This record gives sequence, C-alpha cells and structure tokens, in this order.
Amino acid sequence: MCLAIPGRVESIDPSDPDLRMARVRFGGIIKQVSLAYTPEACVGDYVIVHVGFAISRLNEAEAQQVFEYARQIGELEQLKDGTAAGGAPAQ
Amino acid sequence: MKYLDEYRDAPTARKYAKAIARETTRPWTIMEVCGGQTHAIVRFGIDTLLPPQISLLHGPGCPVCVTPLEVLDQAVAIASRPGVIFCSFGDMLRVPGSESDLFQVKSNGGDVRIVYSPMDALRIARENPGKEVVFLAVGFETTAPANAMAVHRAKEEGIANFSVLVSHVLVPPAMEAILGSHQNRVQGFLAAGHVCTIMGYTEYEPLARKYHVPIVVTGFEPLDILQGVYLCVRQLEEGRAEVENQYSRSVRREGNRPAQELLTRVFTVVPRKWRGIGEIPASGLGLAPPYAAFDAARRFRVDDRHAEENPDCISGLVLQGIKKPQECPAFGTKCTPLHPLGATMVSSEGACAAYYKYRRHASMGSAPPGATAGGASS
Repeated sequence: MCLAIPGRVESIDPSDPDLRMARVRFGGIIKQVSLAYTPEACVGDYVIVHVGFAISRLNEAEAQQVFEYARQIGELEQLKDGTAAGGAPAQ
Repeated sequence: MKYLDEYRDAPTARKYAKAIARETTRPWTIMEVCGGQTHAIVRFGIDTLLPPQISLLHGPGCPVCVTPLEVLDQAVAIASRPGVIFCSFGDMLRVPGSESDLFQVKSNGGDVRIVYSPMDALRIARENPGKEVVFLAVGFETTAPANAMAVHRAKEEGIANFSVLVSHVLVPPAMEAILGSHQNRVQGFLAAGHVCTIMGYTEYEPLARKYHVPIVVTGFEPLDILQGVYLCVRQLEEGRAEVENQYSRSVRREGNRPAQELLTRVFTVVPRKWRGIGEIPASGLGLAPPYAAFDAARRFRVDDRHAEENPDCISGLVLQGIKKPQECPAFGTKCTPLHPLGATMVSSEGACAAYYKYRRHASMGSAPPGATAGGASS
C-alpha cells in the first residue's frame, strides 16, 4: 500500500495554494497530484507520488548513488583480484 | 519510466549479488519491513540471488494485512447502511471480516466505491450532500498525510457528510515488538523507504542502539533492495549497528516536515490492535480531539465490536517473520487469494499472496518446510 512512483511535474495550478495541484507525468499517463507536502517542487522536477500526493522531491544527484556505489564495489573487487593475482609468484 | 527502469538493471544487480556473497561469512537473518519490498523480492527472485547463509524474513509492513478484524466488521456494518457511500482503496475490498467483506456488501447493493486517493472520497462527499460518505483510512505513515489532508479540508470547508474510519498503524513500534519478542530471529532490518520519506529515520536510531541491530532505510526496486542487503550484511559482518540510508533519492534524515506537521495536527498516537499480532502500545494513529466529529466509528456507533480470528490462519506468525507462508497447512488449499482465510493472502503485498502468485508450484510439496525458511533456498 505504500507504493509510490516517480513522475515529472508538467505544470502547477496556482488557484489553490494550499493543495498546489499539479499535472504530473508517469510515462504516458498524466495525473492530478497535490504538491502540498513538497513546497520546493517546481515544473520539471521529479516527485515521488503516493495516493495523489507528492511525498518527496526526488534528489537527482542521490539517484545515481546506487550505480556509483556498485562501480566502487566493482573497482575494489578488481583491485583485490588484481592484488591476489599480482601477489602470486610469476611463472 | 525514468527513475524506475534503471533500478532493475541486471548487470548491476549481479554486481551487488556477487559483492554480498563475498562479504558473507556467516548466516544472517534480515527482515524487510515493507510489504512492497516483499512483493519485489518474491516477484524478481531477489532472494534467489543471495548466498544461502542470508535469510530474508518478511515483515509486518502490509496495512491491508494488519488491519484488525473489528475494523473490517465496522466497515461492513457502515457500508451496509442505506444512504452511505463507502469509499476505500481497492485492496481492502476482498479482505475477509468475521462474516462478510466489502465486495459482498457491494454485490448485495451497497454503494461501495474504490478510490485512488482520499481526496476522491472528499470530492464524492462534496457532490453528494444528501449522502453520508465514509472513507476507510488505513495505512502506515506514508498514507497518513494524505488522509490527514482529506479530514483537514473537510473541516475547513465544513463538509459535514464526510467521515473516516481510521485504522492507521506506525512502523517503529511494530519493529520494537518484533525485536523484544523472545521468538525474535531478526538480526538486521531493511526499513521501509516511503514510511521514512515521511517520518525520517531519527526514531530508528535508538532502536538500532538498544537492540544492536543494523537498520538500513531501503527503497523498493531490485537494485535498492540488493544494495540495502549489502549495506546490512556489511554492518553485521563488521559488528556495527547503525542506521544507514540507502534510499537517499527520496529520504532525508528529518523526513518530510510539512507532511509531519499536518499529520500531528489531525491525528494523535493511540494503542492499536494489529491483525494476527495483537495490541501494540502507541502503535497507531486516531483522530485528534479537534477532528473527532469526523470519526465514522463514533458517528455510526460501531466502536464496540470484538471478533475472533479464523483458527486455521497463521498470518500473525507470518507477519512477525516466525513462519513462512508455505509452512501453513492451509496455504494454497483452504486458503487462496480468491478464498482467503487471512489478510496476508489478500493484498498483493501480503507474503502469502506473493508466494501464492510467484512460488506456489516451487513450494508446494517439493521442499521440506525447514528448507524454505532461508530465502535463498525457496
């Protein structure tokens, strides 16, 4: 039930400043979403949406960390493998 | 879709799986708290990528599963009344109460409507001033701000024909109940990313210290879960017990302040009964006194119900990570998603329903129950 998905803010309706209703695009679908809880979200931002409310503005720099971390792990392991191989007596 | 598909990248997933296998030197039992994570783990077979020493236990984070029988009976009683439009998220309709469910009420002519957002229920109330419109407000901290906004707007706009049947639950007290149990097997947690998006994770820091468990705030896509497991295993192997944030693209330590503000204005912390587990102190939200007029249980005088669970259902043990779904004799026989005995078989986030959908052929009859307790072996 805590399912929430990222979508892009296409436009914001200024008529009700408390609810801050916006058009948010999820792939090919556009839905009405309240930005009441993400006052910092602007047009073009990605927000994470749950039952009609944006619950966070997606941090685009942090979105890369899972890949960056995987790259670092990979390099570390290569290094370990390399060290192990390098440490073996030369044939 | 951007920010979704890339987190299912197979080569990166394999990289994490390999790294987890390298880090693991001993058996570890990790619980993913949220039903959405359970669904992803079973759907994508993430547990099968892990070394056999890592067991994933499925936690209580499925609001549909833990909504107590009494509340479902109250919902059925209210929805059956003439002049009521009863609104709910779709997955609550098939959850069995003691004698009936909301689908049955609907098929008997009750006006039961599925809504996407509590604000839809509020709109229905605005459009139907001659009817009583009731919304079944269930969910964890993730959903509570949306429901709080519906109640707040109803009060502001004076929409008197709107009310909510509230059964909100809170995650940290349930985690503490699991950790404090003498049957506890959990050594590390993947905490629920969207709950923490709202509440932040400062509440988990004393839990990690007190019970010496690593808690990794984790997202819902395969790479999120694999990185969450990796970080948790590293902590376990190194003897650390800290709170880490894997889901940093959405979660900040302090959470979502505007959402917390309205949530604490509209709701107040109350003891709550969890289906299959029992009452946990200070583990739920009820309407705060200024909003009490919007309490459907009071308005319809249904707040004195008591009900008994089906004795064949072991969902309480499943929700606490003590048993796996296929260890239940009723699993897939007396209890199926079409004819569920308990709520864990209803919601797609319920562990029993996820195992039924993705694992029933693998799990029924072939593997001994003991072998299935480890995630990687099932």
